[in-house]
Amino acid sequence: MSELDAFRTEVREWLEANCPAEMREPIRDEDDVCWGGRNFKFKNAAQKAWLDACVAKGYTVPDWPKPYGGAGLTPEQTKILKQEMKRIKARSPLDSFGIWMLGPALLQFGTEEQKVHYLNPIARGEIRWCQGYSEPGSGSDLVSLQTFGEDKGDHWVVNGSKIWTSYADKADWIFCLVRTDKTNKYQGITFMLFDMESKGVTTKPILLISGNSPFCETFFDDVEVPKTQYVGEINRGWDVAKYLLGHEREMISGGGAGGDMLSIGGAFAKAFGKNEAGELDDPILRAEMAAFDVDVFAYRAMGERFMDMWKTGRAHPASSNMMKYVGTELNKRRHELVMSGGGSEALEWDSEETKGGARARGWLRTKANSIEGGTSEVMLNVIAKRILDLPGA
Amino acid sequence: MPLYHNDDQAMLKDSVAPFVAEQAPVSHLRKLRDSADATGFSRDLWAQFTEMGLPGMLVPEAHGGLGMGHMEAGIVLEEIGRNLTPSPFLATSVGAVAALAKAGGTQAGRWLPAIAGGEAIIALAIDEGAKHRPERIATTATRSGNGFRLDGKKSFVLHGHVADMSIVAAKTDGGITLFAVPKDAKGLTADPRRLVDSSLASHVTLDGVEVDADAVIGEVDAGGEILDALLAATRTGAAAEMVGVGQGAMDMTVNYLKERKQFGKLIGEFQGLQHRAAHLYGEMEVARATVMKAQQLLDEGSEGAKLMVSVAKAKAGRAANLAVREGVQMHGGIGMTDEYDIGLYMKRDRALAEYMGDVHYHIDQVARMNGY
Ligand SMILES: Cc1cc2nc3c(=O)[nH]c(=O)nc-3n(C[C@H](O)[C@H](O)[C@H](O)COP(=O)(O)OP(=O)(O)OC[C@H]3O[C@@H](n4cnc5c(N)ncnc54)[C@H](O)[C@@H]3O)c2cc1C
Ligand SMILES: Cc1cc2nc3c(=O)[nH]c(=O)nc-3n(C[C@H](O)[C@H](O)[C@H](O)COP(=O)(O)OP(=O)(O)OC[C@H]3O[C@@H](n4cnc5c(N)ncnc54)[C@H](O)[C@@H]3O)c2cc1C
Repeated sequence: MSELDAFRTEVREWLEANCPAEMREPIRDEDDVCWGGRNFKFKNAAQKAWLDACVAKGYTVPDWPKPYGGAGLTPEQTKILKQEMKRIKARSPLDSFGIWMLGPALLQFGTEEQKVHYLNPIARGEIRWCQGYSEPGSGSDLVSLQTFGEDKGDHWVVNGSKIWTSYADKADWIFCLVRTDKTNKYQGITFMLFDMESKGVTTKPILLISGNSPFCETFFDDVEVPKTQYVGEINRGWDVAKYLLGHEREMISGGGAGGDMLSIGGAFAKAFGKNEAGELDDPILRAEMAAFDVDVFAYRAMGERFMDMWKTGRAHPASSNMMKYVGTELNKRRHELVMSGGGSEALEWDSEETKGGARARGWLRTKANSIEGGTSEVMLNVIAKRILDLPGA
Repeated sequence: MPLYHNDDQAMLKDSVAPFVAEQAPVSHLRKLRDSADATGFSRDLWAQFTEMGLPGMLVPEAHGGLGMGHMEAGIVLEEIGRNLTPSPFLATSVGAVAALAKAGGTQAGRWLPAIAGGEAIIALAIDEGAKHRPERIATTATRSGNGFRLDGKKSFVLHGHVADMSIVAAKTDGGITLFAVPKDAKGLTADPRRLVDSSLASHVTLDGVEVDADAVIGEVDAGGEILDALLAATRTGAAAEMVGVGQGAMDMTVNYLKERKQFGKLIGEFQGLQHRAAHLYGEMEVARATVMKAQQLLDEGSEGAKLMVSVAKAKAGRAANLAVREGVQMHGGIGMTDEYDIGLYMKRDRALAEYMGDVHYHIDQVARMNGY
């Protein structure tokens, strides 16, 4: 047996022994997602047991080095672990901006001290992070941001406001882009970390069209940030920000693959009914769903190839923009079909049978996929410029 | 296995790509077309392919081939696609080899070494109408003396008029049977037609063609599985060739965007065109990954291969079609001229799109395989 086969067997046995049955059920609502953090309330004992088991093994961040809370797995081993978790339909033990976004940036740009200090609590799900990038006047043109940190010797005093800060009201800490030099557009931004409980930080929820409000406006009013709490170099935060955005896109583009739902047509045929030929009983919708399924199966292959290439340094640095663009447009199409397939039932907004209008709300939420983390138009701009090398882009 | 070319495959690509580009660029196709070549491909070029061992790539080593896989054959096909090279490689070295290798027996022993040696061109006589419907084969094979008598009509048979042997799919009492019908069989006629892409495909008539019992490829009535292997290989191969066609068209177009000036600017500076080019890039990358996945699953003999093959043929079909349409459009008026190559890409794409099942056929297959 090859080493990798042996590893697969070991992982299988470990999962069998450690992943509770309740954690192999599909995610039904936001409560089923484990976000961790200082104030997180576990939904049940199984959710906590699953997190604890993974933390002990380093499996919340399997490819991070052991001293930072990971399991130090190679790309091949990480792939096997993911495949095996998927095979038993295991839920993610921990969802976290710390894992998806800040962690990789710290691994790349952080000092040894910062890595040990910040990465371990992320891996254990103890500190929940939010992202303070966008401002009311700076969305796609992020580098125009105005939130300012005044140099006070051993600390900065930060003033300004951020918008769209996902879960700012639930987060413990924020990673934040702050202008520290007004004379230099790109090289005048510092990547800072600070506690959301710091004096002068306030948040205000933003209600979305889905009727939900996990997003906030975030205000900084003379917030003091010690000079030890920045990543990379002072005024060179843009490099860190860009690197992190690559990982954010990687995370958002994952939605295109569609999680557990293998075939949208297959799922709907059950609910929809079939005709005598055994075909979904609406030929046009059947054709649209089948065309969509082709795109999803294809995108999954792309996802696998992208990961294989990304993890071994073979991918074009801007290919995450392509994945984000294709994946998010695909996910929006999925939810259009889910609404079509659901008919009038899918319109219900708060009935118990529809789990509080989950389909309608989910459909509306996906419209943000092609906006958050950089819009589709901006992704296309980046591909045109950096991959296709088109002029003037 | 990771989903990118390993070192050996990358090396193969490094030798095949310049070879095809130098020996058979688009001008090679033009030359054959403009001289109304009656063979449909260059025998000289095929001899060069043979020197490199390419015709027998998929032939098992025991039969004198290289024993490689679909991933490797795909590398050759992509270059054939990119250069619009007329070649019997897909039908002979991919489709026929897959069927013969799966079947084994007398016919495999007879033909596989000949394919590997570059001596045999094989045609695949499957379809019978304007659309690919292998489920509805009507050609019959009835027992007669020591062998069989074949009656029926086949269409879209690439290289049918020059093939040394045709693999004919026919109905027998208990199922489908495949036959190796030699070129000189009495009652076999091939009527070649020139297609939009300048290739030649035949209408084949089987009028009481008598063959011996040992002409059966595999077992009588058990040709379904062998046909499936032939189809899976040929569809995946056609998808790989389409990725080449699409990539070739896209590269030409992106280069044109960097050269052509209008309104005092390079047209590549207009966001309207940039976004379309970037979208096309994404579709082509997804199609490429999908074709590689299908090749990988076929090479592993995985159960999931059949689904992924249809996904690949459909996805590559969509992406390559987008590439050639955008290619002609973004070239403006010049894209409509015969002198410019982009139109040739559009023509080849159309022919490959129909070959062994179009986009709609394969989307429908995907729905069926998923139970709806
Ligand atoms: C649900 C959600 C969650 C988010 N979470 C966070 C978060 O946690 N933290 C955070 O910092 N931010 C977050 N964001 C903000 C997100 O990054 C911005 O919304 C995004 O970058 C777009 O900026 P904007 O909304 O200002 O749109 P604008 O930049 O004003 O764009 C408006 C329209 O113009 C188009 N456009 C703009 N520039 C160009 C151009 N050069 N070429 C072509 N078209 C262009 C855009 O594509 C868009 O269609 C979130 C957003 C949403 C919707
Ligand atoms: C079959 C045929 C018959 C014709 N007959 C005649 C005729 O009888 N008389 C005559 O005078 N002309 C004729 N024309 C010429 C025709 O009008 C031009 O081909 C047309 O105006 C496009 O110009 P072009 O070919 O130079 O393309 P280009 O202008 O070079 O355009 C190349 C590409 O760039 C795009 N592009 C250009 N500028 C922009 C921009 N600002 N923003 C976004 N995209 C842009 C175009 O849409 C196109 O996709 C004919 C053309 C054809 C193909």
